[in-house]
Amino acid sequence: MSRFPEMRRLALGAAALLAAAPALAGGLGLGREATHAEVAAWDIDIRPDGLGLPEGSGSVSDGEQVFSEQCAMCHGDFGEGVDRWPVLAGGQGTLTHDRPVKTIGSYWPYLSTVYDYIRRAMPFGYAQSLSNDDVYAITAYLLYMNDVVTDDEFVLSNENFAEVRMPNEANFFDDPRPDTPIFVKAEPCMTDCKAEAVITKRAVILDVTPDGEDDSGITVD
Amino acid sequence: MTDDAHTSRRAFLRGAGGVALGSAALAAGAARADDPLITDLDAQPWTQFLGDPVDAMPYGMPSEHEAHVVRRTVSWLTADATSSINFTPLHELEGIITPNGLCFERHHGGAAHIAPGDWRLMVNGLVGRQSVFTLADIMRFPRVTRTHFLECAANSGMEWRGAQLNGCQYTHGMIHNVMYTGVPLRLVLEEAGLKGAAAWVLAEGADAAGMTRSIPLDKCLDDCLIATHMNGERLRPEQGYPARLVVPGWEGNMWVKWLRRIEVGDHPWHHREETSKYTDLLADGTARRFTWEMDVKSVITSPSPQAPITHGRGPTVISGVAWSGRGRVAEVHVTTDGGVNWTKARIEGPSLDKSMHRFNHEFDWDGAPLLLQSRAIDTAGYVQPTKDALRAVRGVNSIYHNNAIQTWAVDSDGRAENVEIS
Ligand code: HEC
Repeated sequence: MSRFPEMRRLALGAAALLAAAPALAGGLGLGREATHAEVAAWDIDIRPDGLGLPEGSGSVSDGEQVFSEQCAMCHGDFGEGVDRWPVLAGGQGTLTHDRPVKTIGSYWPYLSTVYDYIRRAMPFGYAQSLSNDDVYAITAYLLYMNDVVTDDEFVLSNENFAEVRMPNEANFFDDPRPDTPIFVKAEPCMTDCKAEAVITKRAVILDVTPDGEDDSGITVD
Repeated sequence: MTDDAHTSRRAFLRGAGGVALGSAALAAGAARADDPLITDLDAQPWTQFLGDPVDAMPYGMPSEHEAHVVRRTVSWLTADATSSINFTPLHELEGIITPNGLCFERHHGGAAHIAPGDWRLMVNGLVGRQSVFTLADIMRFPRVTRTHFLECAANSGMEWRGAQLNGCQYTHGMIHNVMYTGVPLRLVLEEAGLKGAAAWVLAEGADAAGMTRSIPLDKCLDDCLIATHMNGERLRPEQGYPARLVVPGWEGNMWVKWLRRIEVGDHPWHHREETSKYTDLLADGTARRFTWEMDVKSVITSPSPQAPITHGRGPTVISGVAWSGRGRVAEVHVTTDGGVNWTKARIEGPSLDKSMHRFNHEFDWDGAPLLLQSRAIDTAGYVQPTKDALRAVRGVNSIYHNNAIQTWAVDSDGRAENVEIS
């Protein structure tokens, strides 16, 4: 997080220059205080340290049940993904491959993200319909499908949640840019920069532009 | 959207070829028939008969002759149109402002429709007063107007391995440039009162994706806005009506639409859109996270595969757009020979911070094939890299943040193709 102190300095510098922006001496007295129930209803986010986890628990086998009823039609019985719907399991060891398979088990750094995302956004088209226990159970099942836990009797709860570490966590690092050459002082070349330019790749070879005949190309998601 | 575009483009090319021949004949001094569009009143009914009354269209729409100027999607990209993307038709646009109806869309759970009276904004977490604001409350804060580009981090993401899509709409169209009016996020945060440990903000959408992103507090206090208006009118539903976040210069996914909640915390949340997505996988299997700034980038929009040269040799305008998330665009260079020689293009129109810039370069085309590229330099001193330079650092699997130089090969008929060159 080395870049944040730097940003703080930038922000302070910007604040000093904010003369043109509206300045307020104190509060405007706008808005009202939120009730506890209102905050509880909307504040459903979870953090890697477990902050926000609701009380509850769910087992691998309960998760398998809910998953096959509510998730498998898109994500496949084992999280392998049906058609173009996202793959949720497998792919371990493929991150350096030509076609990496990024899943919860092969890529995601934190388990809290699984709980948070399923609770807020899945099943697709009927968000926030699952009980907290069902989300624990599905999360346990996805851990099992991804070989992060191997015990099929495993029960995940808010108590043991923080003990589960995801295998790929250590492979994430903060933005190191600039990572390509920059020219702050040097002028970029303007004349006779190379002997010649030859075409090496053409889009017509792939021809996946939407008005082409055959629509299938390299996807981004 | 399959054959239509194709046939009409072909027909257009044929038609334009005719025009080119006509002017060549004229140049040769051959006698030419009078143009009935000038001499024959019957061919000009608009001159003789009354047009539409006012209010024929209470909300005005583009000419029927511009019906091809639309956002277009690429169906194979995603599984379902409610979690999908379409693209801004950059090749049809001029200046720096993207018309509201042409701003590309990216939803993760469909475009929500929320009545302004039903909208609430909650500010909670490390604040003195956990607060709820209505839209009427937001409209009572001091407001500002700023022009900024929004670029999806995955713009050009399909082009990492090689030239794939023929048209700048598809290669570069996950961007729009809009004049926003809104309330500085800082003022809303200050109204709730920040606590000492506050360092991060979680922005959350009200849509069925429950979109969330962690944003460092310093950025929120610096230049983020809660926007209610775009290009003078209310936000369009697909752009987050009635309120969205504006995070100038940073990747589009952070500009949470249908904004419903701002939570203040002491650590980032590492949610799905900043772990599973919007992290950049490198060739060695490690991944960069929190890659927020959009680096300096440019593209020639005309000529380009969807906007071929149709007038034959002679005076020709090269036009394009450039932008940087780290400031203004200082210079744009254009080459017609694949980067052997470069010329400085003219920046045309306003040069604003973290906004799209228009550049133009006029030249006399001799009809020989061209290898067109543009290269932008921003006020922070960054130079747009070649694709090979970028791939050397990033591999081909990082999806996001491809700001490489784009090449169009123009053949002697004026047709342009997406290529890569040595
Ligand atoms: C109708 C199809 C459908 C159903 C049913 C469905 N999902 Fe999804 N799921 C999706 C789509 C589409 C996405 C990607 C959404 C986006 O683009 O943001 C997704 C994304 C996910 C992701 C994130 C994948 C990634 O790599 O980032 C997880 C985890 C997930 N779903 C879990 C579930 C669970 C658990 C259920 C059942 C409770 C479920 N889904 C039901 C369609 C579905």
